[in-house]
Amino acid sequence: MVQKKALLIDISQCIGCNACQEACKTENHLPPGEEKALSPTAYTALEAHGERYVRRLCQHCDTPTCVSVCPVAAFTKQPEGPVTYDVAKCIGCRYCMQACPFQVPRYEWASTQPRVQKCIFCASRLKRGLPTACAEACPTGATKFGDRESLLQEAMERIFANPAGLVRKIYGRDEVGGTSVFYLSPVPFEELGFNTRLGSAPMPLLTMSALSKVPNVVAVGGVMLAGIWWITHRRGEVARHEGRHPDGGEW
Amino acid sequence: MVKAPRITLQRATAHITLWRGIACIFILAGLVAAIARFKLGLGATTHLSDQFPWGLWIGFDFLGIGLAASGFTIVAAVHIFHAKEYEPIVRPAILTAFIGYLLVVLVLVIDLGRPLNFWHPLVMWNPHSVMFEITWCVILYTTVLSLEFAPIVAEKFRLHAHVAWLHTFSLPFMILGVILSTLHQSSFGSLYLIVPTRLHPFWYSPLLPVLFFISCLASGLSMVIVETLVLSRGRHAILHPRLLAHLGKFIAVILALYLVVRFQDMVARHAFHGMKLLSYHSLAFGAELLIGFVIPLAMLLFERVRSSRRGLYTASLMVLAGFAANRMNTAITGLESWPSQTYFPSILEILITLGIAAIGFAAFSVLANVLPIFEPKPIVHQEEA
Repeated sequence: MVQKKALLIDISQCIGCNACQEACKTENHLPPGEEKALSPTAYTALEAHGERYVRRLCQHCDTPTCVSVCPVAAFTKQPEGPVTYDVAKCIGCRYCMQACPFQVPRYEWASTQPRVQKCIFCASRLKRGLPTACAEACPTGATKFGDRESLLQEAMERIFANPAGLVRKIYGRDEVGGTSVFYLSPVPFEELGFNTRLGSAPMPLLTMSALSKVPNVVAVGGVMLAGIWWITHRRGEVARHEGRHPDGGEW
Repeated sequence: MVKAPRITLQRATAHITLWRGIACIFILAGLVAAIARFKLGLGATTHLSDQFPWGLWIGFDFLGIGLAASGFTIVAAVHIFHAKEYEPIVRPAILTAFIGYLLVVLVLVIDLGRPLNFWHPLVMWNPHSVMFEITWCVILYTTVLSLEFAPIVAEKFRLHAHVAWLHTFSLPFMILGVILSTLHQSSFGSLYLIVPTRLHPFWYSPLLPVLFFISCLASGLSMVIVETLVLSRGRHAILHPRLLAHLGKFIAVILALYLVVRFQDMVARHAFHGMKLLSYHSLAFGAELLIGFVIPLAMLLFERVRSSRRGLYTASLMVLAGFAANRMNTAITGLESWPSQTYFPSILEILITLGIAAIGFAAFSVLANVLPIFEPKPIVHQEEA
């Protein structure tokens, strides 16, 4: 059974050195240069919130919204955890960008052959048994790579060991049905720009509730419309018949 | 059979009127803008961004689909509910729908980041995606529309005997057309089910598909009234005013139904909680509801309004305007509650949209004159008892 991988990001330990972004750019052949926000050339970026640095990237959700909404299935959730993108399938409809609850995917607007750009969890490195480039590069261990279950365990242990220094919540564990990127924070997550209203139900369930009714609409609608045609058509027949036989026919 | 008039220079230039001139300018400008869009990419020519990946063009698509709803509503009324008195408006409605859907698809392809891959949904499937369902429904429905349209073209070239076989399937096609329309009209609303934390509560609702469907019936029938009134200028009246008045009643009922469903849902979800009366969203919401639903409903309750050409025209235009507002509010305004930037289309986006709209009007104008849209059908198509 494939072990699902995850990242644990402890905001209290991040010193803002940007080694994660540099390593990410090198690994993914993205143009160098420090960027302060996610972009088509930055799969991860440090957002400054006062003295804190919040590292954002794709959450690699367990029930990814992007996978669900893409009309041509260009996104795939790999068994080890990464949500990867197949540009060969992409038609550029940008529904993934509209739908992502974390507003992660970025677009190469400047290109005439634009791609959706987001962290791919170093899927090829994972296949070779290596950690993600960012985790490997982090000097303080603020970003840690590991098995999902053991990282969650460790996160909880850290919270219990340091109740004054860490908020009692692991962001990313339950959001939208669970993700692969967990955050620990010294201050409430709302103060650092996290969306804490997301709830624990995966977003695709919302669409499923509508789409699952399609066969109903077809079947019920078909019978209803055919029935109405038949009943109202009969009136026309009766009218024509009575037109020809004003005394009324049998019965 | 009307003989086509001989083309002379005098006849040709006589047709150059102000509206046609404007349409030509818009079409040319749109063409140039479209070339720029493809040569320079979306970033250089639009105001779309990572925070606003969808803008005017997707909004236009929403609008166009709703206006083209005139097609399936009238086909259902005449051929399924057997309201034969509306038969004369069926062909113009089908023509509108056909042109409308082709234009919507065209705008969609222009909006795509990788338009050459537009055919991918045909072979790459994701049944979990609302966009996938919409794509297929639109493709199938446009096919049904072209099959409903084919006999009209066939008659023009006196080939109607060759397509007579189509009439055997015409009822199943029409039922299929109504079902497909129901599905994708509501699915356009379902597209936004996936963004509950981003779309403003005034517009977000689990009932979005239901609300989109009900409102498309109102806009479809209003479009029928507007078309009929406009096309009846300079011709004998296509439909008796009593029939239009009757449509007005239907629209009133649909509007009332919509308001009840929407308000009930909003109250249940506490959508009005903490609402500021003069905020950006409140004003947009108020304008949409008043202009598109409340005022036309109030107007159409009166026999005097329904029997007056001007009254019907005004009420119908208001419904269409409110419908446009609703779709734009759902697609753009309602998402502008973001802390980050807001969105307004670029000049090129606007020019392309106007150009496409002008093509639609021009196409309708030309085809309505060239094809037997208003002439009675030939005897070959006597309906079987």
